[in-house]
Amino acid sequence: MKVDIRSDRGTAVAVLSGEIDHHNARAVRDELDRYIVAAQPRSLAIDMGKITFMDSSGIGLIMGRSKLMKECGGILEVRNPQPYIRRVLKLSGIERIVKVN
Amino acid sequence: MEVINSIKFTMPSLSVNESAARAVVSSFLIQTDPTVEELSDIRTAVSEAVTNAVVHAYRGTSGTIELTVKLLKDREIYIRVKDRGCGIPDISKAMEPLFTTAPEEERSGLGFSVMQSFMDKLSVRSAAGKGTTVTMRKRLSYHGD
Repeated sequence: MKVDIRSDRGTAVAVLSGEIDHHNARAVRDELDRYIVAAQPRSLAIDMGKITFMDSSGIGLIMGRSKLMKECGGILEVRNPQPYIRRVLKLSGIERIVKVN
Repeated sequence: MEVINSIKFTMPSLSVNESAARAVVSSFLIQTDPTVEELSDIRTAVSEAVTNAVVHAYRGTSGTIELTVKLLKDREIYIRVKDRGCGIPDISKAMEPLFTTAPEEERSGLGFSVMQSFMDKLSVRSAAGKGTTVTMRKRLSYHGD
C-alpha cells in the first residue's frame, strides 16, 4: 500500500496504490491525517485509480478523512475509482456525502 | 451438496491474513474462469467475513479462522468462514447496514451488507462464547463456452 501526496496552492491530491483492507487502512489513515493536520489543504482529492482492491474498510477510511477535512475547514473528494470499487462506494451511499468523480 | 472440488485454509486471526484469505480464494477460483466482476465480488465478501473474525470475534485475544471454499455443481461457489471467538449476541442487529460496535476504529458497519449484495446467499450462525460461522454461495455465469 502506497500513499503519494502532491499539493499545489492549497489543493492536494493523494494517489493511493495497492489494496485497501482493514490491515492496510490504518497506515493510510495515519499518513493522510498527518498531512491534513499539518498542511490544512482547502481541498484533498483521494485518487483511487491505482487501487486494486477495496472492501468496506475503505468506506471507513473515506468517511473519517471527510470528517477531518470538514473539521479543518476543507473538503474531500474521491477520484477515479475502478468499477468494482465504485460498487462498494455505491452500496455505502457515501456519494451523498463525498463527491466521487 | 455435490462437491466437485474443495479446499480448507486455516489461519491465525492476524489482520495480515485478510489478504492471504483473498489470495487463497482467488487461486482456487482460477479453475472456474470467473468474470472479473464475479472474482472481485467473492474476494470482497471473503475479505469482509475474515475481517469480522479478526476485528470482532477475537477482539483482545487471538484464535483460528477456518476458510472453506467449495466448487459445487452448476458452477456454484460455496464459502464458509468459521471462528471460535466470542460470537454475535444479536445477529439481526449486526446485519443492519451501518451498525457497528467499533466506530472509533472507523469500521463502517457495512461488512454484512457487502456480503449480502455481492453474493447470492448468506447465512450467519453464532453462539455466544462459541463462535460464528458465515456461509455464502454464489453461482457463476457461463461465458465463452
